[in-house]
Amino acid sequence: MSASTKALPTPTPETAPYWEGARAGELRIQRCRACTQAYFYPRPYCPQCGSADVEWFVTSGRATLASYIISERAAPGFDAPYAIAIVELEEGPRMMTNIVEVEPTPERLVLDMALEVRFEDRGEITVPVFAPAGQAVEA
Amino acid sequence: MSTGAVIIGAAETDRVGKLPGHSTLMLHLEAAHNALADAGLSVHDIDGVAGVSAPGPLAVAHALGITPAWLDSTSVGGTSFLFHVRHAAAAIAAGLCTTVLITHGESGRSRVGAPSYTRDPGSMPGQFEAPYGIISPPTMFTVPALRYLKDTGTTQEQLASVAVAQRRWSARNPRAMFREEITVDDVFASPIIAYPFHLLECCLVTDGGGALIVTSAERARDLPQRHRPVHLLGAGEASDAPLVSQMEDLTSSRGFRLSSAAAFEEARISVDDVDHLMIYDAFAHLPLYGLEDMGFVKRGEAGAFIAEGHTSPGGSLPMNTNGGGLSYTHTGMYGMFAIQEAVRQLRGEAAAQLPDPKVSVVLGNGGMFMAAATLVLGSDAVD
Ligand SMILES: [Zn+2]
Repeated sequence: MSASTKALPTPTPETAPYWEGARAGELRIQRCRACTQAYFYPRPYCPQCGSADVEWFVTSGRATLASYIISERAAPGFDAPYAIAIVELEEGPRMMTNIVEVEPTPERLVLDMALEVRFEDRGEITVPVFAPAGQAVEA
Repeated sequence: MSTGAVIIGAAETDRVGKLPGHSTLMLHLEAAHNALADAGLSVHDIDGVAGVSAPGPLAVAHALGITPAWLDSTSVGGTSFLFHVRHAAAAIAAGLCTTVLITHGESGRSRVGAPSYTRDPGSMPGQFEAPYGIISPPTMFTVPALRYLKDTGTTQEQLASVAVAQRRWSARNPRAMFREEITVDDVFASPIIAYPFHLLECCLVTDGGGALIVTSAERARDLPQRHRPVHLLGAGEASDAPLVSQMEDLTSSRGFRLSSAAAFEEARISVDDVDHLMIYDAFAHLPLYGLEDMGFVKRGEAGAFIAEGHTSPGGSLPMNTNGGGLSYTHTGMYGMFAIQEAVRQLRGEAAAQLPDPKVSVVLGNGGMFMAAATLVLGSDAVD
């Protein structure tokens, strides 16, 4: 895929493993070895217990649809309408994302529906997005 | 109880709405000038200045010719001015300064001399929200609402009724941008901006400003006293997440809960003591969260409470009596205007004046449920 006109993140030292993971087709987040809490967004200390003993791991990529809106106005690089969603990962943490491979309508986007991660190539950066679970991955 | 602090000056810019002839700084200065006149004070009586950056209190102080001994530039979105009032009360009680000017000015609509909207792509919001086609608050602040509606059993008709209720108030306010009363059907007939939100469930974008002058009740007795001082009976502040996806609970604001609990405790009041309520309404779901998180109604009851008219004119809990951000004005940082309306109500000067309210509560929101503060204001000091 060619370079995207969509907004791109600038990875920082504490987030680099996340973006490197996305590039490699893995949704990596962190968890605390002291209290076992998994958390997102990336940061060097556990937000539950303060421990510095944290590690990266590869999530299952499974999530459920926690909430969303359907934007009728398009940000650069997007075609409206599109869904901006908050998903809850199987491991617990929530993250913002887009829901792809499904018509962005209230009828098709049902809260708590099962989702699985996809990786959207935007040129220099790969961005995790989510699609309804159980669909064949689009080439 | 009281914090010992009083608001002795309160004013907005001469006009609010479309002001292409005013820069951001001019809006600050006009609001400050009006608040000083309202209090019968000059710039030489002011020794503390607060405001959000940009332009920030330093620039405002210098432009007005004030030599501040105390500055506060707490910038946590549209609730910042409630933080400033609380911080000013603490600073005055601590002896750091005696008389604080808090200013707001924002060319939200005309964008004259306004800071540009840029999001650092290396910040956490820049990395984990912006890539998903976020344009502005309508596509971000709204995202938790469907979860709230589902979990509480609140209907989209009830969400729309928030806008309907507030038009009943703005219809009585000649300064309001939108004054025509509307129905739920009118809300549903307005364009969808970000499902489930229609245009009429999203705030205005306007130009305007406001300013406040805070001092001690003791010092106020030695000042001109053009108006009955409004007492700060209690205040609280709190924060939640800088990313809306990370808020503690998508269906309840931690900031609303904690800041209101702290303010009510300091003021030693309960919800039953509140005569007038202002809840920051950038979007129609905020008053629903606010009523529940502050304890005015039980979980899941806010939608019916508003739809049944309890917050409308003649209702038991008059709320957003200026018409709110949905119908009165919303420069981008609405909190200043919510405080102004509470002061007007307690002074008896509001356009839609209530019969002799004694206690007014203001709940401010900053960012996308990122920060919150609550002020409990009273027409009398309560011992
Ligand atoms: Zn931990």
